[in-house]
Amino acid sequence: MRDAAQRSSAEIDLDTEVAPTTLRRSWLVGAAALAVAATLLGLMLGPVTMAPHRVLLELLDHVPGVRVRSGLSPSNAAIVWKIRAPRVALGLLVGAMLAVSGGAYQGAFRNPLADAYLLGVAAGAGLGATIAIASGAHSGGGGSQLIPIAAFGGALIAVTLTLALSATHSGERGPASLILAGVAIAAFFTALQTFVLQRHVDTIREVYSWILGELGGATWRSVWLLLPYVIVTSGVLLAARNSLDVLSVGDAEATTLGINPQRVRLVVVIAASLGTAAAVAMSGLIGFVGIIVPHTVRLLAGTSYRIVLPLSLLGGAAFLTAADLLARTAFAPGTIPLGVVTACIGAPFFLVVLRLSKVDR
Amino acid sequence: MSALAISELDVTLDGAAILRDVTLRAEPGTWLGVIGPNGAGKSTLLHAVCGVVPYRGSISFGGESIATLDRRTRARHVALVSQSPTVPIGITVVDYVLLGRTPHRTALSSPSRTDRQVVRTVVDQLDLGRFAKRRLTTLSGGERQRVFLARALAQQSAIVLLDEPTAALDIGHQTEVLDLIDQLRHDLGLTIVTTLHDLTLAGRYPDTLAMLAGGRMVAQGNPHDVLTPTLIEQHYGAPVRVLQDNGDIIIVASRKSGAA
Repeated sequence: MRDAAQRSSAEIDLDTEVAPTTLRRSWLVGAAALAVAATLLGLMLGPVTMAPHRVLLELLDHVPGVRVRSGLSPSNAAIVWKIRAPRVALGLLVGAMLAVSGGAYQGAFRNPLADAYLLGVAAGAGLGATIAIASGAHSGGGGSQLIPIAAFGGALIAVTLTLALSATHSGERGPASLILAGVAIAAFFTALQTFVLQRHVDTIREVYSWILGELGGATWRSVWLLLPYVIVTSGVLLAARNSLDVLSVGDAEATTLGINPQRVRLVVVIAASLGTAAAVAMSGLIGFVGIIVPHTVRLLAGTSYRIVLPLSLLGGAAFLTAADLLARTAFAPGTIPLGVVTACIGAPFFLVVLRLSKVDR
Repeated sequence: MSALAISELDVTLDGAAILRDVTLRAEPGTWLGVIGPNGAGKSTLLHAVCGVVPYRGSISFGGESIATLDRRTRARHVALVSQSPTVPIGITVVDYVLLGRTPHRTALSSPSRTDRQVVRTVVDQLDLGRFAKRRLTTLSGGERQRVFLARALAQQSAIVLLDEPTAALDIGHQTEVLDLIDQLRHDLGLTIVTTLHDLTLAGRYPDTLAMLAGGRMVAQGNPHDVLTPTLIEQHYGAPVRVLQDNGDIIIVASRKSGAA
């Protein structure tokens, strides 16, 4: 009996030992809790600090069919619902999008330092925004409405050109040809942006502010505009998580495992670029989120894309919302550009990841 | 019916003819060794069978043409262990073996109970239990080769192709890996196709050999018929002596005449 019990225990141990890595519920709950905490703090803190229960009641009051009194004054209620809530919501969406896209790009290109700006999204959006700002300045300030549309259009044009130019004569798009085409397109668009800036030096400050990213202009309209892009494209990326794991063994071996690596890469690149283009159109170019968040997840929870992508989605949302809170409260009443906050945390982290990557190779 | 039948196979890459008019067969449960000098087209032959490179001609598994099979179905028929498989950063041994279940899963599904059972069985068969949760990058060359083989076995395909399975291994690990392949072939009824550079090992393990040179099939048959001094010198450009030791073939390179 005792032997049987011991054997049974040993078998259970062996089963545990050979079980594939899975996304542990504790990680998922932890990442979701971080996003909730960042959301709550983002709504509570600012020039006027508000109690968490009043903020929650105020949010509840806006749920259709629910009527509760938060106890906030009308002006504070307006601050929560009309100023902070859309800003926090936009931060959650942009952070989630940038992080999950970065993680997916790293898988698609088998390059731990790739992010969603690799194929010209940033340069294209930058050129589009610069043209909109410059033309707005010329026509008396009407350009700011056009910035998101122009940035989105510029990003899509840049990525489309990259995809078109990366195909070799045999019609194939390998990781190297995509990256090289992306570098060339980014250089070209950046050169055009510099040219436009030189012709309109009075807009440099505004363009520079956009490039560093900020969520201060967030409205519910911008949130509702971005939401479908984030849902659809992050859904596509999450659906590709198993295929990205297979892609990690190389194109040739992935083919022998029944995967079409070029098709997987193309779908991931299109989804990640579209989602990122929509995100940066609303927020400006916020760097490092797509690098920091997926690598933190890898270091803490595991390298499988079954883990990296879902946790990056939640972690990115929490990180950018917290970074935005820091950006608007650290030197209040002044604000720090969001890109400066993410880069200040991201640059040292980037170097640590670089070192760890070398060790692992 | 042959497990693998290749007929009039041509492969052209970047305008260069790599394989021309190659015809060969591998019978079920046998071990076919593909030998030939560098650049003969051995790896390309395996890649064509797996659908990694485009080809003209016909390839069939058990009489079924692979032209009619989609990628996943083809991957359930044939598995490949390439010469230097890419080792993903941070991946554990058990997660790497699980990749072999890809042809049996949909893109969205989590590993099923069957997938886990197959992985468990393969890990036990290849005595990898104590490495299961270790990162693949931390294993030695011989241990890694067993993990690569485990991933191929997890595919549960009847045909397993191995491109230079003993490259970069010492003599002890070479025989360990080839003995293991032979044992798995017997136990699981696999059809094995390996490319090999070491002609002595090629004479010892495979049932039949196919010699490629310049992209063409130049000899095919049992090892005693293929590993002759004349054929080897003609196609490898090296004079050799072929010795016999209790039925085993030993190939010894001779110094070229005139060399100091």
